[in-house]
Amino acid sequence: MEATQATPVKYDMDVVRWFTIMATVYAVVGTLIGVYVASELAWPFLNFDIPELTFGRLRPLHTNAVIFAFGGCVLMATGFYIVQRTGQTRLWSSGMAWFTFWGWNLIIVLAVITLPLGLSQGKEYAELPWWVDIMIAVVWLSFGLNHIMTTAIRKTSHIYVSNWFTMGMIVMITYLHVVNSMAIPVDWATSFSIYSGVQDAMIQWWWGHNAVGFYLTGGFLGIMYYFIPKQSGRPVFSYRLSVLHFWTLTFGYVWLGAHHLQYTALPDWTGSLGAAISLAMIIPSWGGAMNGMMTLSGAWDKLRTDYILRFLVTAMAFYAMSTFDGPVMSIKTVNALSHYTDWTVGHVHAGALGWMSMISFGALYHMVKKLWNTEMYSDSLVNVHFWVSLIGAVIYIVAMWVSGIMQGLMWRDYDEYGTLTYTFVESVSAMHPYYVMRAVGGAIFNLGTWIMLFNVVMTVRQAHAVRSVNAVAARA
Amino acid sequence: MSDHDKIYSTKLQDKIERNTLLMFVVTAIAVAIGGIVEIVPLFYLPNTAMAGGDGTFNNTSHKDLQGNAIPMDRIVWNPATSPHKTLDDWQPGDGVRPYKPLELAGRTIFIREGCFLCHSQMIRPFRDEKDRYGHYSIAEESMYDHTYQWGSKRTGPDLARVGGKYSDEWHRRHLYYPREVVPESVMPNYYFLDKKMVDVNKTVKTMEVMVRMPFNPVPRTVYSDAYITGAKAQVEGKTEMDAVIAFLQSLGNHVKFEEGVNYRD
Repeated sequence: MEATQATPVKYDMDVVRWFTIMATVYAVVGTLIGVYVASELAWPFLNFDIPELTFGRLRPLHTNAVIFAFGGCVLMATGFYIVQRTGQTRLWSSGMAWFTFWGWNLIIVLAVITLPLGLSQGKEYAELPWWVDIMIAVVWLSFGLNHIMTTAIRKTSHIYVSNWFTMGMIVMITYLHVVNSMAIPVDWATSFSIYSGVQDAMIQWWWGHNAVGFYLTGGFLGIMYYFIPKQSGRPVFSYRLSVLHFWTLTFGYVWLGAHHLQYTALPDWTGSLGAAISLAMIIPSWGGAMNGMMTLSGAWDKLRTDYILRFLVTAMAFYAMSTFDGPVMSIKTVNALSHYTDWTVGHVHAGALGWMSMISFGALYHMVKKLWNTEMYSDSLVNVHFWVSLIGAVIYIVAMWVSGIMQGLMWRDYDEYGTLTYTFVESVSAMHPYYVMRAVGGAIFNLGTWIMLFNVVMTVRQAHAVRSVNAVAARA
Repeated sequence: MSDHDKIYSTKLQDKIERNTLLMFVVTAIAVAIGGIVEIVPLFYLPNTAMAGGDGTFNNTSHKDLQGNAIPMDRIVWNPATSPHKTLDDWQPGDGVRPYKPLELAGRTIFIREGCFLCHSQMIRPFRDEKDRYGHYSIAEESMYDHTYQWGSKRTGPDLARVGGKYSDEWHRRHLYYPREVVPESVMPNYYFLDKKMVDVNKTVKTMEVMVRMPFNPVPRTVYSDAYITGAKAQVEGKTEMDAVIAFLQSLGNHVKFEEGVNYRD
């Protein structure tokens, strides 16, 4: 198609460059806070009796930093990158893209200030105060409108599959954010949900699980469908499978939230319905994972030399794993054991560290090379980063799986006299080694993000140096 | 570009993926359905503790062992039918009631400190949870919890029925320095809560917000204007520590459960 282009399109890539840089920075910050809160659970003295540093206030900062700061910047960088390249057109509005960039980063700064101060709405992943929620809605819509309008003015006839997933994300996150954030403010710091009890719980997990489904999965599947084919130089394995993947996931994922509330006061039918559809979701999820992996057929040898591809393919393996783990956990009998335990934390991090971060790292490296038109400062550091990430993620996940199952079993254990074998606090002290192990795994993963930051900064500097040398040469 | 018009999937899919507006509309409908099916009925069906404007509960009925309906005012406190007419007269077992001013202030602090990240308030109907925490939670018990606090993780124990389990003094010492009371605990020290006074105006404003809620508001018969005015006296001079303890002591003893009755169906 590019051959038929009379004059090459000048893409709007400055804003993409900045989102890419910020994503790299937030990967370091978000996981660093994660390591800190994980360490607080292993060594509680780290709370230092400073209210702003207590686990209860910092944990939301960790989740918001990795999901919205790191994840958000990755999604916006790749979203704007992919939509221009696949549509062979500039962004619909460059000015609006810069508004999105500054707005989103302002929200992140406000999160860093408000969350440690204890401004929490008390809903997981939706803790930010009500007036920040309004800003999020405005900035999110600016991203969405710009992305969809760029899709609309594309020069190609078909909308590329990545942009379907991004569109699904834009629509769904708008619904979720608006409905779940409905609250009446008491003052600038505090507000309360207009829903209560059962209704609030269901709406919260409709939000919570679909933030995973459409933002952390759908959005990142858009990345998968563009960057795996690009990096491997192979077309997507099956176009039909991607059609199936998109529509089943888009229609089906929405139903899953209720499986977070098995055996609670939520009516039984809702949780069971959520679990049934969760099990059905294995099919599109694995179809999609296979689609990504099989894209490499005929090019598997590239894994030996292409470290970026390693990130992308490993991400698909983790995607397949966590989309199996999740449906299993939604089954009521399994959920009876796993709910309220670290197994949930392990599951989330299998997705977040293994799937979402790995695909992001792969995409970021790919984009850095293209955006600055250069090679990486060090390819072997990319390889080191890959292994460090993988080892860190596996240590983390294994620690949480073991501790989660152990917790669940200890809580329900009865001795021969028919009384509970363990007090609650015995389960807490039994977790200590695993909490240490988790903190170590997280720290190793965090080390990888520092390596990436260093490598990206050096690459950009190198690219600028080459450019200025060329400029001087041209003048001379 | 000879294959420009070739259809690789179906006519419908081909049409959708060539048309941005069509794709937007179809996606917007597809993603809405699941949520509508699972959420909207919870505002109408029985046993979701949704109170109608007239004090009814969407045909919610719990049946005793003889199969007779248990009147809803035995589950949810109704000052009109209860022998105890005001929040201050209310006794445990009278039914689910809204929070008293100091408890409400404590709850706001509970949310501010992110306690729900480690402590659930939702007991499941299992033998071990009954032995450890008490009777399983029912929907009505969190009907006044604007911003529900069921939680999703038990790094610490469930708190749904912690009220009355320990003395105020135990809570105070435990909140001050948890490891002095429970050496293996990983909870942060919260002695700083005792250094700050409860924000009186904020508590009053919170009560005013709770009666304005569109779903399950606190009835004005309970939070009357006079009661809200009188609330100031109840929280004045109290520390945030006092408020959190009052909140914890209010949890879980509202309903008098009968052995063997199914309260969730």
